[in-house]
Amino acid sequence: MISFDLNGKKVSVDVAEDTPLLWVLRDELKMTGTKFGCGIAQCGACTVMLNGMTRRSCVTPVSAVEGSSVETIEGLEGDEAKAVQDAWTGIDVPQCGWCQSGQVMSATALLREMPKPTDEDIDNAMAGNICRCATYVRIRKAIHDAADKLEG
Amino acid sequence: MWKHLTLPFLVAALAAPMASAETVEGLRTPDAFDTIADDTERSVALFEEMLLVIEHPRCLNCHPVGDAPLQGNLAAHQPPVVRGANGFGRPGMRCSTCHGAENVAYAGPKGSIPGHEPWHLAPLSMGWVGKSAAEICAQLKDEERNGGRSLAELHTHNAEDGLVGWGWNPGAGREPAPGTQEVFGALTKAWIDTGAACPEA
Repeated sequence: MISFDLNGKKVSVDVAEDTPLLWVLRDELKMTGTKFGCGIAQCGACTVMLNGMTRRSCVTPVSAVEGSSVETIEGLEGDEAKAVQDAWTGIDVPQCGWCQSGQVMSATALLREMPKPTDEDIDNAMAGNICRCATYVRIRKAIHDAADKLEG
Repeated sequence: MWKHLTLPFLVAALAAPMASAETVEGLRTPDAFDTIADDTERSVALFEEMLLVIEHPRCLNCHPVGDAPLQGNLAAHQPPVVRGANGFGRPGMRCSTCHGAENVAYAGPKGSIPGHEPWHLAPLSMGWVGKSAAEICAQLKDEERNGGRSLAELHTHNAEDGLVGWGWNPGAGREPAPGTQEVFGALTKAWIDTGAACPEA
């Protein structure tokens, strides 16, 4: 049995230790907001927060999160998360939406560390989140909008 | 009869296969250079053997001369990450976003993502890609550029550091560095003991 904190609540799962966290989230815990994209840490669709830092759940054995704190798109909270959500809906960032929970996780992680990122900061933070609809221009604008809103 | 064997005997017996072998997994052991009479010449030859490890992609990929790591056979790293302030990546996209404490096999396709705790780039002053043997040798010995390490500390680093050791345990889909960390450490010690001489070019 492996236990960890998921979005503020303790959860326990009885699975093989090498089961990817993404499988556990989606198949065992029915938290399907986190997406499967490539399975090899190349696209960013499966991004969650692990102890407050971005983490690709498709290459994270669930045994590695024993006793840790995991945040998914379903439980993402705080000023930065709210600002990102508002900015995302404000200019309709998503097109098909598949990659967007991962995009939001990375954008929120960036703003939690860097409240006023430059274009370069944004590009560096979002370099591992691929969007097949190429919404990159709107993603960058929305992160700037969220930063402006956080600044007040 | 085992209770009559002394510890030194057992250590010698266990060490014997390495001491008698002149090449281990493609890397020659220090005794292979015993026939070179001149100390400086032997030292240079030992360093050139060390270069087989130092210039192997498992090592070079994270000793770039720019701001981005390489991967595979010195190919561009995907995704296009950058080193950040301490070699651990940038906010929102740290090395640890993908690289965990150990190598992890992909759940679907063949291959694995490499991992070790910690996982990070070598500092820019320790970049080796494209440098000559002489330049790398000078860099390694220069405490201004090698992280303030004495030669003894450099030996410890090569012989014992976990992230250096990852080069021989790189996970499925990656060729390990030649030899073993033990032989690399022994070569480093022999190089230092013979004066830590550098190649001329």
